[in-house]
Order: sequence, then C-alpha cells, then structure tokens
Amino acid sequence: MEAVIKEIIVGYESEKTPLISILHRVQDKLGYLSEEVLKLVAKYLDLPLSKVYGVASFYTLLDTEEKGENIVRVCESAPCHVKGSMNVLTELKSELGIDIGETTKDNKFSLELTSCLGVCGVAPAIMVNDQVYGNLTAKKLEEILEKY
Amino acid sequence: MKVKINGEELEATAGQTVLEVAKKAGIEIPTLCYLKDKNEIGVCRICMVKVEGGGGGYEPAFVLQVSDGLEIETNTPEVRELRRLNLELILANHPQDCLSCERSLNCELQGLSKELGVDGSRFAGKRIEHQLDESTPSLIRDPNKCVKCRRCVSVCNDSQGVKVLFPNNRGFETLIAPFFNKDLDEVACSLCGQCLHACPVAAIKENDAIDNVWEALNDDNQHVVVQIAPAVRVSIGEEFGVEPGTPMTNKLVTACRKLGFDKVFDTDFTADLTIMEEGHELLSRLKEGGPFPLLTSCSPGWIKYVEHFHNDFLPNLSSCKSPQQMFGALAKSYYADIENLSREEITVVSVMPCTAKKFEATREEMMKDGSQDVDLVLTTRELARMLKMTGVDFLNLSGSDFDDPLGISTGAADIFGVTGGVMEAALRTVYEKLTGEELSGLRLTEAKGLTGVREAKIELSNQTIKVAVVSGLGNASKVLEAVKRGEKEYHFIEAMACPGGCVGGGGQPIPTNEEIVMKRGQGLYNINNSKSLRKSHENPVIQELYEEYLEGVGNKKAHQLLHTTYQKRAK
Amino acid sequence: MAFYRGHILVCTGQECKQKGGKEVERILVKELKRFGLNDEIKVISTDCLGACEAGPLMVIYPEGVYYGGVQIEDVREIVEEHLLKGRRVNRLLYEMDESEENVTAHHKKDIFSDEMRIVLRNCGLIDPEDIKDYIGRDGYRALGIALTRLTPKEVITMIEDSGLRGRGGAGFPAGLKWKFTHQADGDEKYVVANADEGEPGTSKDRLIMEGDPHTLLESMAIAGYAVGADTGYIYVRGEYQLAVSRLKKAIEQAEELGVLGKNLFDSDFDFEIKIREGAGAYVCGEETALLRSIEGERGEPQIKPPYPPNEGLWGQPTLINNVETLANIPVIIQKGADWFSKIGIENCTGTKVFTLSGDVMNEGLVEVPMGTTLREIIEGFGGGMADGREFKVAQTGGTSGGCIPKELLDTPMDYDSLAEVGSALGSGALLIMDESHCIVDIAKCFMHFFEHESCGKCTPCREGNTRMYEMLDRISKGESNLKDLDKLRDLANVMSKTALCGLGQAAPTSIYSTLDYFKDEYLAHITAKVCITGDCQELVTQREEGERKGETA
Repeated sequence: MEAVIKEIIVGYESEKTPLISILHRVQDKLGYLSEEVLKLVAKYLDLPLSKVYGVASFYTLLDTEEKGENIVRVCESAPCHVKGSMNVLTELKSELGIDIGETTKDNKFSLELTSCLGVCGVAPAIMVNDQVYGNLTAKKLEEILEKY
Repeated sequence: MKVKINGEELEATAGQTVLEVAKKAGIEIPTLCYLKDKNEIGVCRICMVKVEGGGGGYEPAFVLQVSDGLEIETNTPEVRELRRLNLELILANHPQDCLSCERSLNCELQGLSKELGVDGSRFAGKRIEHQLDESTPSLIRDPNKCVKCRRCVSVCNDSQGVKVLFPNNRGFETLIAPFFNKDLDEVACSLCGQCLHACPVAAIKENDAIDNVWEALNDDNQHVVVQIAPAVRVSIGEEFGVEPGTPMTNKLVTACRKLGFDKVFDTDFTADLTIMEEGHELLSRLKEGGPFPLLTSCSPGWIKYVEHFHNDFLPNLSSCKSPQQMFGALAKSYYADIENLSREEITVVSVMPCTAKKFEATREEMMKDGSQDVDLVLTTRELARMLKMTGVDFLNLSGSDFDDPLGISTGAADIFGVTGGVMEAALRTVYEKLTGEELSGLRLTEAKGLTGVREAKIELSNQTIKVAVVSGLGNASKVLEAVKRGEKEYHFIEAMACPGGCVGGGGQPIPTNEEIVMKRGQGLYNINNSKSLRKSHENPVIQELYEEYLEGVGNKKAHQLLHTTYQKRAK
Repeated sequence: MAFYRGHILVCTGQECKQKGGKEVERILVKELKRFGLNDEIKVISTDCLGACEAGPLMVIYPEGVYYGGVQIEDVREIVEEHLLKGRRVNRLLYEMDESEENVTAHHKKDIFSDEMRIVLRNCGLIDPEDIKDYIGRDGYRALGIALTRLTPKEVITMIEDSGLRGRGGAGFPAGLKWKFTHQADGDEKYVVANADEGEPGTSKDRLIMEGDPHTLLESMAIAGYAVGADTGYIYVRGEYQLAVSRLKKAIEQAEELGVLGKNLFDSDFDFEIKIREGAGAYVCGEETALLRSIEGERGEPQIKPPYPPNEGLWGQPTLINNVETLANIPVIIQKGADWFSKIGIENCTGTKVFTLSGDVMNEGLVEVPMGTTLREIIEGFGGGMADGREFKVAQTGGTSGGCIPKELLDTPMDYDSLAEVGSALGSGALLIMDESHCIVDIAKCFMHFFEHESCGKCTPCREGNTRMYEMLDRISKGESNLKDLDKLRDLANVMSKTALCGLGQAAPTSIYSTLDYFKDEYLAHITAKVCITGDCQELVTQREEGERKGETA
C-alpha cells in the first residue's frame, strides 16, 4: 500500500497542489480512501490529516468508506426524474435488497445516487462503475445486474 | 471620500470596510462568523447590508470596501428581515437548550437572536444528532451546537497551526471535526482551548471538573488544598463585571476559603521555584554547550504540540515540571510531611487559566504511585461558576493572604502569566548569578523576518546569550522551523501556547480577545511592580525549601520531585 | 497517406454507444475487411452526431447519407448494397426521402433551418483523435493569425467587439474578463477552461471535448496570448472520462506538432495545457470553487472581491471561461468580430447550444442563434411533443434555471429575455415536460438536487435548501398548510439575496417561477390534498384510503 501511494505521489512531483488528482489515482488502485491510506497520503504530501480528510469527504467520487465491488449510481437529475428514474430506483432497491448508501451482504453492489450523467437523450440512466446504461426498463435492469 | 450610510453622509478613507465606517459613525452591524484578521470568510450572512444604485444587491459589510459615493442601507425592513431569516435558519439547526447551556447569557447566537428580534424559528425540521466528544479531560466538543461559522477552524489552522479542526463532508451534513470525525484524544490536538474562545456558542467548552471538586470538598477525610495560577487573579474579576486586568488576588483567596478549601496556596510560589530550577538548567547547558535552544516547559499546550509536531526538539525542552506540577509534587511530599498527612489524604486542586492544564495533571509522567500529583483542575471560568453557585458576594469580600508556606512569592512569579514574563524572571536570576549585578529590565525587539516573535541579546560575564519570546503555537512553530533551517540561533526560547501567554489562556473568561489579553498582562506587571521582592532567588521560603528539604538547587531530590520527561506523539 | 474513396462516420457518442454503436462499428470494420474494402473505405468513430433518438447512427461520405437505428445484422446489408453496389438501403435511411412514406418526425431535425453551428462546427465531422482532421478544417489557423498578425490588445478588442458573453450561465462579457486579466499584475497568469459541466440536462461541453477537443486547446492558447498567460488548465468533470482521454491525446498531438509548447508559430509565446479532473461536486462549476479545487482544497466558493482576473489560481490573475465560450474564439478570430456580432440579437450575439431533453420527439443538442424562441426549438428541432401530449412546462438553464409555462413559449432564448420572465439561459439545458408531470414533484426533485450539491459553507444555502426540500416534501404528502407558501417565498428570498455564490442564489429560481406560474397546483396539494397527475404517491394513496373508508362507512 505504502509503495503504491509513494509511486503515485512521485508521479505528480512537478504538479502544483495535486491532492485531488492523487486521491483519484490512489482510489483507482486501492479501492477506497481508508484512514490508513489517507494518513500515508498526508504524510508524503506533508499536508494536515484533517485537510486531506476534509477534501476527500467533500467530493462524491471519492470514497472514504469501503464500497461493494460494483457501484450502481442512479441519476437523480430532473431529466431522468421526468422519465421515471424513481421507478428505476425502486426497482433497484428491491432487486438488490438495499437502500441508497448501502452495500449488499455479498459485498457485490453498492447503491448510490448521482447527479446528471449528461446522457439525457437516453433517460432514465444509471452508471455501473464507469459504464453508463440508458433507456432503462425493469427487464433491462435485471439483465444489466446479471452481467456483474 | 464620502459615503452615505442610511442617508447620513460620512467621511471615509480608501481600504476601509463598510463595517468599520459604520461602527465609527455609531452604527452597529451585527456579525457572527467574522473575526477580524482571523476569520474573514463571510459564511454566516448575518452582516448583510444593502448597496443602493448600480447593480445593487446585498453584500457582507466586512468585505465591502468603501468607494466614493457609495450608498449603503443597514437598517431597512428588508435588511433586517434577511438577517433574521438567516438567523432563523441557524436556529432551526440548533438545540436551543439555552436554559441549561453553559454559554447562556454569554452566547453570541443568543445575543444576536435578541438583537434581531427573532421569536423562534419557523423552519424546524431534521437535525443530525452527533455524539459529544468527551475524550479529553480538557475540552468537550458538542457538534450539535455548532453554527458552522468556522472561527475555530481558522484559529486552529492559521493562528495556532495545530490543524486538527476542519470542515468535513458537505452541505447540510457539514461537520467541523478532526480527521475521520475522530475524537480529540486520537488526533494531534494541543488542547490549548483557543478554539473555545473562537466559538460563538457552546460547541466547544471545557470538560467541567466542578462536581468532582465539590465531592472532594464535602469529603471530611480529605484535606483539600487549592493553588491559584498568576493569570487567574487579573481575569476572574471579569466574571463579576470588573475591568480586565484588575488584580483580585486577596478577594480570590477569601473566596476560596469560603468554598471550603482547607488551604489556599499560590502557584506563584512554584513559579519562583521553576525559575530556580530552569535557571540552573540554563546555566549548566551554557557550561556544557547545549543542547540549545533551551525551551521553556511551563505551557502544557506547547509541550503537547512539540510532542506531536516537533518531537526532534524533545531534548531541547526544559526538564522542569510546570509550576502547577511542581506544586502538586511538593504539596504531596514537603507539605504533607509538615502537616503529617499521607499522600492519599490530600486532594490538590488548581485554578488555571488553561484547558491544557487539565490534561497535564493526568499525564503518566505526573503520576506517583498510581495517583496524580494534581488531582483536579478548574479553569478561571469554572471557579467563577462555583462562586456564583454558592452565592459568594465576590466583589464585596474583604481580602486575605495566601496560606503559608506555599503562598509566598516574588514579582518574578506573577509575570509568568504573560508572554515574556518567564524569560524576564529567569534572566533576573541567571544574570545576577553570573554577573553579580541586577538586570535592568529586559528589552525585547521584534525578530527580523519572524512576526509575532521577539528577541534579545544579553551580555553575561563572558558570553552573549540570545533569547526569544513567542506566544501562540503558530508563531512558536515558525521559530522552531527557523532554528531548524539554521536561520536563527537562540540559547533560550520562552514559548506559550496561547496568544499573549496564560492571560489569553483557553480557560480564561469569555470573551478573551487581543485587547482584553493586553489589559490582563498589564495587570500582572502592575502586581510585579507593587512587590518588594521581584527576583525568585530572593524568595525566603524557596531558600528555606532548598536548605531544609530539597538539599540544594539541582540536587537529586529536587530532580526527582521537580523534573519530568516527555514523549513522542503522532502528528 | 492512403487515399480512401469513402469515409464512414460511426457515432459512438454516449447515447449511440448505449444502443450498440460500438458493436456496430466493430462489425462494420470486419465486414469491410471481408469484402476487401478496408483500403478504400475508412471508418471513423466520431462523437455525438446530435440525433440521439435515431442511434446507432452512421454517415457515409462523400454521399452524406445517414443511416439510423443500425443494428449489427444491418451492417452487412449496408456494406453489400451501399458500398459495393451503390444502392441506398432505404429502410435504414435517416435522410428524408420524398419517395418514402415512412417519414418520421426525426427527419425534421435535418431540415431545422434555424440551426447554425459555430461551436459545434466540427463535432461529428472530424475524427477527434486526429489533429490532421482538425487542421484540415482550418484548425489552429486562428492561433496563427493571432500570433503573427495581432497584438494581444487587438485580440481582446476583437472579442470585446464581437459581443461574446460567457456561456457558463452568468453571461458576463467575455472581452471584459480578458481585458481585466490582461491588465492585472502578476508573476504568473493562468487560463482556466471551466469544463465542470454539472448542470443537469446539459452535455454541450462534453460533446465539444469529445468531438472536437482541439478547438478548446486552440482557444485557450489564443486566450493565453491575449491575457499574457503561459499555462492553461482544463478542469474537467470527473465523470467525463472519455473527454479526458480525448483531451490528453489532443494535447499530445498538439505538442508534437508544435501548436502547443514553446515558441508557437515562431513567436516568443509559450503555452502549455494541463488537465485536472473534478471529483464529483456540482458547485465546482462556480469559478472560485473550481479554482479552490485545482488548488487541492474543498471546492467551496470564496467571497468576491477579489475576482479571479485579479487574484485567481494560487493568487495569480486568472482568466476562467466556459468551454462553449472558448469554442467561439477561433471562429471570431477568423471571421471577424463584425461577422459574429451580427449573429443572434443585440446585447446577446452569436449562437447558443441547447441540450433538449424530456418529453419531446427528438432529444439532443442543437446550436441556434441567440434569440431563437423556445417554441421554435421545441417544434423545429424537437419535432414537437412526444406521444401527442400537451406541453406543460419547460425548465430552461438547468436546475438552477426557472420554469416557463405554455403562455411564454414564444420567449426568445437569450440571457435578458429569460431573466425577465424569471428564468435563465444558464447552461442551455432545456427540459421539456408534458401535462403528465406534477409541478410540486418536479420542484421537489430540483431541491433534492441542491440539498445534495450545496457545499455547506454559507447559512442560506446549507440550511435553506434542506428546509425548502422538507417543505415541498410536506406539500407533496398533504402535510402542509398555506403558511408554507409564505415560508417558501421567505426562504427563496433570503437565499437568492444573501447566498454566497451563484449556486445558492439560483437554487430557488425554479421555486419562484413555479410559485408564480403554477400556484393553483400548489394550492390543490395544500388545501384540497390533490395531485392531479398522481405523481405525489402519498396524496393518491390517502385519497384512495379515504374513498375506501367512505365506502365502508
């Protein structure tokens, strides 16, 4: 873990104030930004711990808690809302048996909300990890979840 | 230039803010998050004023700089309404348990509410329940009361450089807290309590020891002694409406007797003793060539800060216990012998201007045979509360003197409570020891390139020693960094955690600000000037103590009782 | 370079990708190889072609024939029929063909006469991953003109004269910003492209970055020259991974070709561009918050003054412009301020890219001159309302904008006209809703968004959005009384007038406008406890239960 973090930080040596970019890359490699991880980031960047956490906890794409293997994000913006995103959410909740912000018992899925994904042409949309799915129906949701 | 506020034409100069110009003209604009030069982030939106003409709109008065012809309204119905609405929104997310709140009648939110005529909040709704952080003996954090003004954040990060408090999460869930919302005992908090002074409400307060003190006082089997720190005597009057800096020493002694303390002693006594020991330490380091700089050790917030952030300087810290702890050690040995009491039969209570002293008393290094030398620590505020609880008519008490033998002191001890005082007191003794002559005042000048740091050069018999004086942890840290980089060289540095020294301590009456701290400091110098003995080594009881009990300055017994060690702590 | 007799552009924009565009492209390449056409026909995967409803979409050049709804099984037919035999596959044609009967409303898009592409001029027509394609369409010519023929002051004068206003939402004159930054003293200056496109229902900046990344790079270099900056930052929304990779590639190619880097066009002007990714915070679209985020801090807006042109990134003078604003620059330099200022309307020149979504036949992006009316866009490009339902309300400018009722459909779409009717042009999001949607339910959705996205720094926004959401929630559940309407207005008032930044100030815009235009619907919820659309579930359930009880009683 320490080596991974060090290597990422070295890669940003020529950049000014690269904290957020580093947190992105560290999360990509290590899954989430645990207490231990943030302590190391703070140490090697010589930043106060409180600030590193204050920054990490501000942004929704940075996770300071362990999440499931796959993160399902439901777009809650108005264009998806008018196309029935609430039904999608209800469907997902019952399919996965969890509420927003929770992770399934088998640690496979976490359910979250997201603001506009910019694919309003195919609303309602969800994003599973980096993959966007649109024009959702109950049947389609089932198929999507099966893929993971 | 000319500006108009509420239709009145006023003279103003460039660079002034509307808040300043209005104040001069007798117009108060309410503020909440604003702390001059410290917290100028404009988040509470209480000080909004209306800009007439042009783009118009509402601006915070402390940001808005005057320009020629500017027209401002501070008191229209809508201005008042908008301020009131913002306050209502804050109140909707506040417990409003004023009746039982420690800051009641001394709370800025409560004050504003009255001032703005808020009659309850119409916006009640969800609130996030937070656990209290009661992890340290010094401070309690109650995020439920927090109004997110971030004054504590600025003070903790910028002035004190401790950097443990920060905004976490965002939006409605914003929480001002340490890393991962941990408790203060798990992070690098110095427990200086400056955040408490910054807090407009009771989101940060001291961990109250009053009940425990009552319990001890009511215990017939306990001989309860109290020691009172120098800085308390010039500030406690404020709790009873007296001007800051007014010495209340003798009334304070009588008041403590009325509370039921068996003996009322003076921390000044062990302040003199500290000078003897620390002076000796300086002399022997000068003889042995270091390690330099010697760092004072009487401020427990400073000690904890060094342990967390600058632990390569641990060998530089004076090994002398603080006056509070020297007192505790002597009370339970020297004094116990005199009174023929066992250690267990004595309860030592201190009254300190400090929240970190509560922590210091519990340090493992300060324990003997599993019990503390100082059992309970009250802040100035807590003592005042106890006096009020018992109906002691403080202002009309007749004065009395401290008890013997731990109540005799010199003027050198009084100035311990103000920045520069320890240095001056120490040099009075060291100078005389080395040169045989009296030191004619200590002239400190602003250190080049280090704001907030003062320095002096003193010619001793065969060498020049360089000293520095600094208060506030942010400033203190800068000196250590400069020393580390080799930019500055000092033999001796006096450092205090709180700006202005103990007179500005986290346990002092609220409000504590620069102006008030200055007055308290002046008060201590006035006491010094009124005393005939001003050099610690002239204290007759100290001389006696060394002869009869400690077997001489710097001796083994003195070392065992009066010196301590430090530990590395995580950043 | 090989010569191709034809090019096929396959749209792999988000929507088309959803519908299998990527797979279609793969099969197409395979089929071409099979028929030995791979040396004759070049397949280019492009970004959104703007007709998302008809995806997956492809265009065959030089004929310019569009095929829509192309499935994997259709590919072979297209190759065999169109490319080998030269016969169009009529059933997949997306171009209106007089001889065909199955004309769908989609086709109107292509004859939407008002469309005028300035900022989207290259999107869908070039390979965004090949700088040569961009250069082939006059790319980097404007930078050359600026560096070799114009002084920085002349560039700024051109932008001022063009009348270009910021496309991020506030509509501040771009030339003025450039001038202020040019005039400010600083050891270092920066140009920052605001690509933190977070306004719900907006995807114009994404399209520009994914479809024509060099336009952004060229514009930033011109801006750098004009204001005296040698470093640019693009702050891209963290969710836009494809845009990031395209931009990275574009920067590499531009540096290789020497249009970014040292001594550009043999001048002594150097310019480099770096990318910073956001991490999920709508508020970072606010310029001071965005700068804080680049500085590695919480993305919280700062009090102004100081303004970024004087004290911006790391305390240095900083020009910060939206991607769409910047994308206009090369065209203005090439065609002149005069040409540009004649497009659109007075005080609001040029074009605007709208992202149309909701209950219209055709959703997607359209660029029209400023001042085009809402009706023209909905009926022209949008092809009218979907499913034959009636128009009820449009939200313009995204969640921060306001709601416009039917009576105002002829409002020209520009900053000032929309502000007059209590809405905003904002980012150009246009969410069209039909009569099946409940206004309270929609307002609740908006406030939920702001509650989530408020940074929490200032009182009115941190507390106000939550309280507003709670009130709307109570109204939607029949738990409110008439006093709540006054309270809603009070909150809207204190937020719009005293919030620290644009987010908090704009948050209540939709509340104001819905209270103004749809008061009856609010009243129905509050007094009669009725939601006619049935969107407010609790009210429907309550009513049904009431009726059931009535029956049994």
